[in-house]
Amino acid sequence: MLLLCLIFVMLGLILGFAAQYLKVQGDPIVEQIDALLPQTQCGQCQFPGCKPYAQAIAQGEADINQCPPGGEQTINALASLLGMESKPLNTEFGTIKTPAIAFIIEQDCIGCVKCIPPCPVDAILGATKQMHTVITSECTGCELCIAPCPVNCIIMLPRENKPSEWQWPAAHD
Amino acid sequence: MTKLAHFHGGLAITADKCANPIIDSSLPGELIYPLLQRSNNYALPIVKLGERVLKGQMIASANSLFSAPIHAASSGTVKAIEPRIIAHPSNLADDCIIIETDGLDAALSAIPCFDYQQETPENLRTKIHQAGIVGLGGAAFPTATKLSTEQDIHTLIINAAECEPYISCDASLIRQKAEGIVQGALILQYILQAKHCIIAVEENMPEANQALLQAINTHSIQLISVPAIYPTGGEKQLIQVLTGTKIPAKCLPTEHGFICQNVGTAYAVYQAIIQGLALTERIITVTGKGIKQPQNIRTRIGTPIKHLIAQSGGYNKKVQRLIMGGSMMGIALSSDEIAVTKATNCILAMTSNQQENKSAEMPCIRCGDCAAVCPVELLPQQLYWYGRSGQLDQCQNYQLFSCIECGCCDVVCPSHIPLVQQFRVTKGEIITKEKQAVQSNLAKTRFQNQQQRRAREEQEQLAKAEKRKAIIEKMKAASLAKKKSL
Ligand code: SF4
Ligand code: SF4
Ligand code: SF4
Ligand code: SF4
Ligand code: SF4
Repeated sequence: MLLLCLIFVMLGLILGFAAQYLKVQGDPIVEQIDALLPQTQCGQCQFPGCKPYAQAIAQGEADINQCPPGGEQTINALASLLGMESKPLNTEFGTIKTPAIAFIIEQDCIGCVKCIPPCPVDAILGATKQMHTVITSECTGCELCIAPCPVNCIIMLPRENKPSEWQWPAAHD
Repeated sequence: MTKLAHFHGGLAITADKCANPIIDSSLPGELIYPLLQRSNNYALPIVKLGERVLKGQMIASANSLFSAPIHAASSGTVKAIEPRIIAHPSNLADDCIIIETDGLDAALSAIPCFDYQQETPENLRTKIHQAGIVGLGGAAFPTATKLSTEQDIHTLIINAAECEPYISCDASLIRQKAEGIVQGALILQYILQAKHCIIAVEENMPEANQALLQAINTHSIQLISVPAIYPTGGEKQLIQVLTGTKIPAKCLPTEHGFICQNVGTAYAVYQAIIQGLALTERIITVTGKGIKQPQNIRTRIGTPIKHLIAQSGGYNKKVQRLIMGGSMMGIALSSDEIAVTKATNCILAMTSNQQENKSAEMPCIRCGDCAAVCPVELLPQQLYWYGRSGQLDQCQNYQLFSCIECGCCDVVCPSHIPLVQQFRVTKGEIITKEKQAVQSNLAKTRFQNQQQRRAREEQEQLAKAEKRKAIIEKMKAASLAKKKSL
């Protein structure tokens, strides 16, 4: 009984602290920058996620051209938000690729669960010694699950070119 | 005689419609049914590979309010469920159910109904849904969904104002099946409990008009001829012409008590309720200078276009372009292997000299002609400019999404600017942007949740470890005390 009480008190405290901590973080300019980032959470910008990168930009510790998934569009949007000149993507951080999503070759999967912790959005479903699979609609294409897989059974596939996803091409160019 | 109103702009059209009677299509070797319905809604196949199906048997069920079940149009076996190029502006392949016909045309037994008024409107709506009926005017919106409106409907409008040049499938259907159409209209009126019902026919279809006059045997249906001005067949335009009520840009006709149904849909409703038949065929106009014998064909849905062309005497030599739908709003097709769908009202084979207006584009001279013809009273020239320069917010401010893509502005533009094409592109850009925003918000929340969860888990681990330590300490102390007491 005492144990339970203790746990609950602890939990309450943690939640309280978390709320406090997040509130301090609720800096409007950081929020605005974060809203322009693609939320792939891939870490290619060398920050552990989009929000930390947004903070670094706000504090002048990072340049605006470090997000490869966002590409030119994101850089332009950041430049106009911050009143800066736009610039090309810094290729040290990565190159622009066509959007893709992870796919697990299920018959090869050994169920080692190593791919689950790296996924920033919990898009991989599986349990020890069970076949794993990617929830396509949740995957951001960050590629963080690729390297940890010991049997290399996770591959990136371009998003399917279905009529339902298709858009009219421009008449010019 | 009712006095008619006018909508803004529009084009008077010179009809080039074939008036031949309807012929029946022969049985094609293969019937093709795309699972994609409207925008992003797919029907679910409920048949297995190799399964024998009968005419009228459901082969795919609807899984949302925006899709309708699909039925086999003849008997045969399910040969494959595989991607084929479908009737879609993208000209991309998508999953289809392919049925190899067996030539027997064996049908499921139908259960007719003699008095629909014995059934509740709810029941009838379900039957309409089960029969796979969608709007046959071209939009293919599921009819049962449209009929389940929460609003009070006072006027049902049966739309026979075809108004696109070339298309004559509705007129020919009326000439042959006026009684069925009137029955269908009465059923729809009963379902909606609407006080009034108007059948609107284009004034240059005298025979259709005559046929309907003879078929209408009740006072609750009014027959009105409307002028052949394109796009009178547009829902909001038709309502304005018939009643003078102008439906505002962001409102649906149902919010003002109106509902429009195409004549073909009314006939399909009659067939579904009275005869117990699912929607498996429709009338399609096969025409254009590129076709040897233009005609209206009663076609099984799923028939490949080339089968219909062959039945119409084949192509003329100079044929250049194949279009599904009319010359104004249709889509260009890349192949005649594509199958017709419930939404196909016309197959148009154009020759080169039929495609005027395809000359080189020139700069806008700000003549304002485009705005003058726009039936929705938009400013096409402004929209075009904002769209091309990527000012998406401005496009939305200028009501881009009210554009019905009727093509009137394209036709009159002296500089041959592809306005509608640009509007479609811009609409796509806006939709994609909105989808991306939803997706990245989702990723953001999931990431945040994960971080919070992990922090919590860490704290819990710590707490647990501490607790263990405490217990061990206690035990140690206890054993020490024991030792001491010994
Ligand atoms: S590179 Fe871009 S998408 Fe990836 S974590 Fe950094 S900001 Fe987010
Ligand atoms: S499944 Fe892989 S690629 Fe997709 S979000 Fe998770 S870690 Fe990234
Ligand atoms: S890391 Fe690879 S093998 Fe291990 S569970 Fe994930 S997909 Fe399966
Ligand atoms: S296509 Fe759109 S903008 Fe052009 S006339 Fe028709 S409704 Fe107006
Ligand atoms: S009709 Fe053509 S040239 Fe005239 S204002 Fe419109 S876009 Fe410009």
